[in-house]
Formats: sequence, C-alpha cells, structure tokens
Amino acid sequence: MNRKSLTKTLVTTPYTIWMIIFVVVPIALVVYYALTDADGHFTTENIFAIVDYGKTFAVSLELALISTAICLLLAYPLAYTISRMHTRRQSTMIMLVMLPMWMNFLIRTYAWMTILENNGLINRFVRMLGGEGFRMINTNGAVVLGMVYNFLPYMILPIYTVLTKIEQSTIEAAQDLGANRVQVFRRILFPMSVPGIISGVTMVFVPAVSTFVISKLLGGGKTFLIGDIIENYFLGNTGTVNYNIGASLSLVLMLLILISMAIMNHFDKDESAGGML
Amino acid sequence: MKVFSRIYNFLVFGFLYAPILVMIVYSFNATKSRTQFGGFSLRWYAELFHDQVILKSLYISLAVALLSAIVATLIGTLASVGIHAMRGMKRRAYLAVNNIPVTNPDIVTAISMMILFVFFVTRMNGMEMGFGTLLISHITFNIPYVVLSVLPKLRGLNENIFEAAQDLGCPPVKAFLKVVIPQISQGIVTGFIMAFTLSLDDFVISYFNSGATAQTLPVTIYSMTKRPYSPKINALSTLLFLAVMILLLVVNLRKSGEDKKEAKH
Repeated sequence: MNRKSLTKTLVTTPYTIWMIIFVVVPIALVVYYALTDADGHFTTENIFAIVDYGKTFAVSLELALISTAICLLLAYPLAYTISRMHTRRQSTMIMLVMLPMWMNFLIRTYAWMTILENNGLINRFVRMLGGEGFRMINTNGAVVLGMVYNFLPYMILPIYTVLTKIEQSTIEAAQDLGANRVQVFRRILFPMSVPGIISGVTMVFVPAVSTFVISKLLGGGKTFLIGDIIENYFLGNTGTVNYNIGASLSLVLMLLILISMAIMNHFDKDESAGGML
Repeated sequence: MKVFSRIYNFLVFGFLYAPILVMIVYSFNATKSRTQFGGFSLRWYAELFHDQVILKSLYISLAVALLSAIVATLIGTLASVGIHAMRGMKRRAYLAVNNIPVTNPDIVTAISMMILFVFFVTRMNGMEMGFGTLLISHITFNIPYVVLSVLPKLRGLNENIFEAAQDLGCPPVKAFLKVVIPQISQGIVTGFIMAFTLSLDDFVISYFNSGATAQTLPVTIYSMTKRPYSPKINALSTLLFLAVMILLLVVNLRKSGEDKKEAKH
C-alpha cells in the first residue's frame, strides 16, 4: 500500500469503526432479538406474534396515509403560489414556513391539546355561539390533525424547491400553445414536480407512521399506533417489557418503510422516463 | 384567482401559527387554567427560572448538542475525504451504511442502540444508561448528516492545488489544513450547524437512550405533558420560539446585507 492510500484509509478509520459498532451491530442485534426468545434460543414466535398486531399496523398505515395525502393537498397550492412570488417575498414566506419547524414537535403537539380539549378553545367558542361542544381530543381525527400540523412544512419545502426551478416562461409557452390550467398542471407542473413530491411524501410518511408521541398526546391512549406498541415493549412496565417482540415489530416497520420507499422511487424513474419522451 | 390564493395562503399560515399564538398568550395567564384567561402575569416565567429540573435538562441538551456536533463534525469530515476517494462497490457500501440512520424512522434507530447498550451494560458491571450513552447516540445520528453536507463540497474541489502545495514543500497534513479545509469549510459549517440543531431538537432517540440521570429538555417536556397541566411549558415554549425567531432573523438579515454588499460591487 502506498503512502497516499494509507492516509486515505486512516482518515476513514474512526468513521468505519464508529458506524460498525453503533449502526451495523445494533441493526444486527435487532434481527438477532427478533429471531430469538428470552433465553437466546432461535424462534420464529416473535415474527408470528406480529399477526396479533395486524390491526395496529393497519391503523398506523391508514392514519399516516391520510395525513400524507392531506399534507400534499394543502402544501401543493401554497408551494406553487410562493414559487411565483418575487424573490425577496419568496424568502420571507419560506422563513415563515420554516419557523414552526424549528420548534420542538412536542411543544407543537402540546399546543393543540389546549385548543382541542373538551373545555378547550374551540369548544368554548362553539358553546359561546350557542352550539353544543363536541369531543375532538382523544380521537383518530385529532391524531391526524397533529400529524398534518407537525409535518406540513416538510411537504411544503421540497415541493417549493422543485417548483421554483420551473421558469415562468415554460408555463407561458404552454399557455401560448393553447394549454388550459388543467393541462398546464397535468403536462408541465406535475411531471416536473414529482421528485419534490416524492421527498415530501417520504418526509411526512416515515415520521407519521412511526410516531408514538402524537398518538399519546392527542389520541389519549385510545389510538394505538405501532410506535406506541414498540415503545411499550421497550420502556413499559416491568411486566410488559419484551425486547424480542419489540425488535421484531421494529424490523417489520423498517422493512415496511424500505418497501414503500422502493415503490416510490420506482414511480420517480417511470415519471422522468416519461418526461424524456 | 389572486384573491383566492391570498385567502388560501392566509388560512394555511393561520393554521401553522394559531397554536403558537395561543401558547404565547396563555404563557402570560395569571391563573393556572389552560383555557380561561385571568389577566396578565409573568408568574410562570419566574417559576420557570426556579425550576431546577428544567434548567438542568436545558444544560444537558446544550452540552450534548455541542459535544456531539463537534465529534460528529470531526469524524464526518475526515470520513468524507476518505469516501470521496473511494470508487465502486466500496463507495456504495459506505454510502449505504451512511444512509441507514437517515432513512430509518427515529424509533428504530433509538431501539437498535438501546438494545446494544442494554446488551453490553448487562454484561459489563458498573456501566449504565446516562450521559455517555446519550452522547454516543447523538454522535451516531449526527455523523451521516455531516458526511452528506461535506461530500458534495469535495466534488467541486480542485485536487491539483493540494498536490501543488506538496510539490512546493508543504507537508501533507499542513497542506490538507491550509488548502483542502478552507475550500470545503462551507460544507463543514453547514454540517456542524445541522448536527447541533438536530441534536437539540431530538426527542425519540434521547428518550430511549438517556436513562434517568441525563434527561434532555425535550425528554423533560415530555414528562411534563404527562403530569397535571402547568403553564410553565407555555412560558418555556414562548422563550424557545423567541430564541429561534431572533436567530433566524439575524441569519437572514446578515444574508440580505451580504447580498446587498455584493450587488454594490
């Protein structure tokens, strides 16, 4: 080995050691725990225990997908109008989008408790108008609201980034050639913004499907998501702690996310190939 | 159409800021009620500064963020130089491992490290979850982000200058510090700031890996949400919000000031 490549190896050594011990080995341990029982014997029991949580997985997926869809629908028009503003106004607006992101999401979720409570601001307002209060907190709807609120900026930013790169003249050219609003969106804006949509969807879906805080604070223990179950197996009461089942649930969650990301990246390739033609 | 899009933007921003506004208003509430406003008072701010648990966790949060950002920046920057020189399978393998903590949900990263710590803690007497494990877990999720911000800067680097410095008699280490580092300094600073803020903001990974002795501010806030309501959280959140707002304003003003200066030249 010559001196140059030796230095190149040396500079990577701390990183290599660190990543093996604290990233690769822990993932291997998750797999190991998922496939063994409390005494360390091989078993597939934990994997089959997942069947019991099929419903929880379904609810987590459902709420995360609904939140992602709402985020996309809310974010796209906003990102578009911001991308058509003057440059200086654009940076102000983007700062306004980012500002809530810099607050810890626990605080942001907690703020909604005040608003949604049975005696909270909305219900007090409704009663003031003579209406009857209704239950909002501790429902699936409240959990979805919390997810949308927390992750909306993560959808706005990547979509804005791709839309701002589309020149106004491209849109005008399409309009000159007789395209109406719908056609401009379908043929120009949407295909060109697919990469932004995909990163936005990933950035909303992954934390939403794996959360346990939002469901605890706004679901009030009534909405159990897969994150709640995992948390309970690792940090619950002594009786409920079971690293093996917890590890197997985490493994499934990890695979689920990898598969969804692979599917989405597949979409991206199809779209850009279509755009080439 | 213009009016419609204005109203729409106004509503979305209203949605984003309404809860924050409510929180700020209620942090000045004289009574303990979460919804009834009983007059203006700074009572909760005063109590906040006498709460030892909160002050200690703020200190731990800042210490972990600073230390983990420094270590992650050192390891990550050096590694970027090595990874930049790699080709083929080896490079792909490194980048794949680098992406594991970035793409995995926080809870998976958190429990995987917790299993590791518990696995070894139970086998090594005298070691337990605390500041050490907290710091290790933060360094681990910070390193990939430093690599991701330094690596693109190396791509634009002219390696001839590094070799020219050595040809002129500069020792390699000095040449690296004087020639390579200044050229990638922007990426290093971005990586450091990102690591610092990610660490400060993290809840999930700290929650699983801090133990009872080294709770960060978000972990303390979480345990406060489980106890009976206290407006102290609102006061704390208001202060954090102001800190972030001032920081962003300063950064933005400086940036636009620089832009103006550049435009003048």
